Amino acid sequence: MVARASGIAQAMDRTKPVGQVVRRHRLSTRLWHWLNALCLYVLFTSGLGIFNAHPRLYWGHYGANFDHPWLTLERFGAWITLPAHYNLALSRHWHLTAAPVFAFTLLFYMLWSLWNRHIARDLAFRRGELAPAHVWQDIKDHARLRFPTGDAALRYNVLQKGAYVGVIFLVLPMVILTGLTLSPGMNAAWPWLVDLFGGRQSARSIHFLCAFALVAFFLVHILMVLLAGPMNEVRSMITGRYRTPSP
Amino acid sequence: MILTRRALIVGAATALAGCDRLAKNETVRETLFSAENFHMWAQRTLMRHDALAHEFRPDQISPVFRANGTANPNTPAYKALWRDGFADWRLRVHGLVTRPLAISLAQIRSLPHREQITRHDCVEGWSAIGKWRGVPLKTVLDGAGLSSRARYIVLRCADDMGGGNAYYESIDLVDAFHPQTILAFALNDQPLSVANGAPLRLRVERQLGYKQAKYLMEIEAVDRLDGIGRGKGGFWEDHAGYDWYAGI
Repeated sequence: MVARASGIAQAMDRTKPVGQVVRRHRLSTRLWHWLNALCLYVLFTSGLGIFNAHPRLYWGHYGANFDHPWLTLERFGAWITLPAHYNLALSRHWHLTAAPVFAFTLLFYMLWSLWNRHIARDLAFRRGELAPAHVWQDIKDHARLRFPTGDAALRYNVLQKGAYVGVIFLVLPMVILTGLTLSPGMNAAWPWLVDLFGGRQSARSIHFLCAFALVAFFLVHILMVLLAGPMNEVRSMITGRYRTPSP
Repeated sequence: MILTRRALIVGAATALAGCDRLAKNETVRETLFSAENFHMWAQRTLMRHDALAHEFRPDQISPVFRANGTANPNTPAYKALWRDGFADWRLRVHGLVTRPLAISLAQIRSLPHREQITRHDCVEGWSAIGKWRGVPLKTVLDGAGLSSRARYIVLRCADDMGGGNAYYESIDLVDAFHPQTILAFALNDQPLSVANGAPLRLRVERQLGYKQAKYLMEIEAVDRLDGIGRGKGGFWEDHAGYDWYAGI
């Protein structure tokens, strides 16, 4: 039997026995999730290809070979760059093609999730959730790999909410804004961008740090999916159907 | 279930090889290369056409202004000009103009100047801040009398990039008439060094470094770019596939 509730909280409202299949993720969430994953994959790998043209990072407005970098790396290997050899022009074409798709799908997803109350219902922190004791309990549960079962598994826990809210409303917008700041044309169009990040080279550094924050999120995300039951989790993000885990 | 680093590498490499194959497909290639049009349209929509690039304070200038690209054209013709302190150098202004010009360096220096401390952004990712002094391109174009048919300004340079291909660049009239677009003859209060483009280079401050053509020899007003070089509007555009619009 498939419950016809479309939100996580909605699914929660109807008390059902454990082990039932419910509709968990909305179509908008599923579409955005996969489109976003594809865009971030192209952006990250082509971004490393662009980075390879000058693998040094600086703070402030300027920074070139005679200036002091805060980070100097070797070039990233061909196994992780797009294209799989050094071609700055082609890396830029991939990056600049995927960037607007990524930015506008995020914007639409944010507006859509505001409108259909996905944010208010599923992502917003509830009263008492941010209390240190509650957060600590959640950390301990994660550390012991004790995952919620039954209906409790349908609601995001506080660490999950923190990760999703942090990525959707902080890291992803930041990576877009710092990316725009790298463009000299956008600097003239929106001069506040450079002021916001304290210089183009600072923006380039933050852009790079955001990219690796997203990689960290991705690794934890994959780990959690594997631990929570990969087939069930992946299915829920493709078809929307999710079987509530038994205790 | 443990993903080994090897499995990750193989997975990533397989996906990337797929992307590389995709990029060889003509339609995909065209899509990738046309993102530039969207960015140019978006930027031109968002900015006033005379919106200025940020100008910095003197204490924000880079200690060393990195020179990039050709460090010295080293052709016999250029060397001859350099030996005479560019006394025989003339900037030819021709094409779709009513009064073709041949301007000497002394004449350029005697025209009204503009000084600007701006940031030079290389396509590779680095930036350097320098103080430029030069003549607005608008002054020269007005002097030559631009035809109403002109759409682009082509800048031809003294450096041979190999195979007889001289460096060249082009900009449209929005950027050509922008108040910060100057023909610069001094950097940080010194006459332009050979490494930085002596005797004259372009500054088009809302675009990347490869647009800032050095060793200027000719300015040509044209109505289209497809008959010049390989038709993409600039040396790196022709030979490396860089975007013609370098405001991105």
